[in-house]
Amino acid sequence: MQPWLVNYFPILVFMAIAVVIAGAMLGGSLLAGWQKPYAEKLSAYECGFEAFDDARRRFDVRFYLVAILFIIFDLEVAFLFPWAISLGHIGMFGFWSMMGFLGVLTIGFIYEWCKGALDWE
Amino acid sequence: MIANYLATGAFYVFAAVLLASAAMVVTSRNPVYAVLFLVLAFFNAAGLFLLAGAEFLAMLLVIVYVGAVAVLFLFVVMMLDVDFAVLRSGFQRYAPVGVLVGVVLLAELGLVFGTWTTSGLAQSLRASPMPDSVTNTEALGRILYTDYVLLFQAAGLVLLVAMIGAIVLTMREKKSSRHQIIAKQIARNPADTLVLVNAGLGEGINILGIRRPLPPPGKVVHGDHGHGHDDHDAHAPEPHVHGDH
Repeated sequence: MQPWLVNYFPILVFMAIAVVIAGAMLGGSLLAGWQKPYAEKLSAYECGFEAFDDARRRFDVRFYLVAILFIIFDLEVAFLFPWAISLGHIGMFGFWSMMGFLGVLTIGFIYEWCKGALDWE
Repeated sequence: MIANYLATGAFYVFAAVLLASAAMVVTSRNPVYAVLFLVLAFFNAAGLFLLAGAEFLAMLLVIVYVGAVAVLFLFVVMMLDVDFAVLRSGFQRYAPVGVLVGVVLLAELGLVFGTWTTSGLAQSLRASPMPDSVTNTEALGRILYTDYVLLFQAAGLVLLVAMIGAIVLTMREKKSSRHQIIAKQIARNPADTLVLVNAGLGEGINILGIRRPLPPPGKVVHGDHGHGHDDHDAHAPEPHVHGDH
């Protein structure tokens, strides 16, 4: 076991409590509640009128574009964390190496900005 | 001592939940539930990484995979227009192909496990996974940007290709609706568009005509409106209603 793993012990306790509470809520209502389902009760509630159609419809592809652009910049930020804390050791070369990486991604960012990929009509 | 037992117990819990949720990913009928089980599997894998000493990888798994990749999977699943009857109808037809692909993958996995060898270095590394003085993230940072600079820049290029590819594949050039240009809205002068008119009693809109917003600059405004107001090019070039003409 790693010695620093002790720092994560509160998170383990928190997770255990969360699991217990969630399990108690779901299990308690399952055990103590009076289950009497019928078709009317299980149907979707649509404030008064019958549901028009299924909730599972196609999403606009623009959500996908936003998600994939988010992933790319998320990864870019993930690369920044080790760089930031080891900057004292890697010197100027490490610094400019990251600047090159950021420059390449900035080209992509300018491209998507000019294309209007970030605009939501 | 008790900490060691706790770590071992946590390992078994994480591993068990990981395996169970991974099984649910492939067996659950609803693809949305499958993605949610995948999120659970990612979380438990992060816990295992943490126990193995890979602190940075664990956090990265939570941030990148749970935060972004799983959301992307959800979007993809929702874009698929999930119709369960249609999904199940093709099962009989595609089962032989699926079995074939499965057998090939199983054979490949068998070959991988058959030729598995452990290097002598790994055993000594296992005894001391990492030095105590340097944290996981810092150790990674010390070699990633200098020793592996080419791979690092290649990763940047791959991300650039992914970005441009996503835009090229999914962007629609045609804008179907009017979109907001906030700078223009803020730069707008109320005096250009707002005018106070003294209308006589009983004259109303029929006398003054309907006023329209300013046309975009550069467009030719035709027609003389002759109202004598200083906003008289505030009429759009398209046909408009004039009660008094």
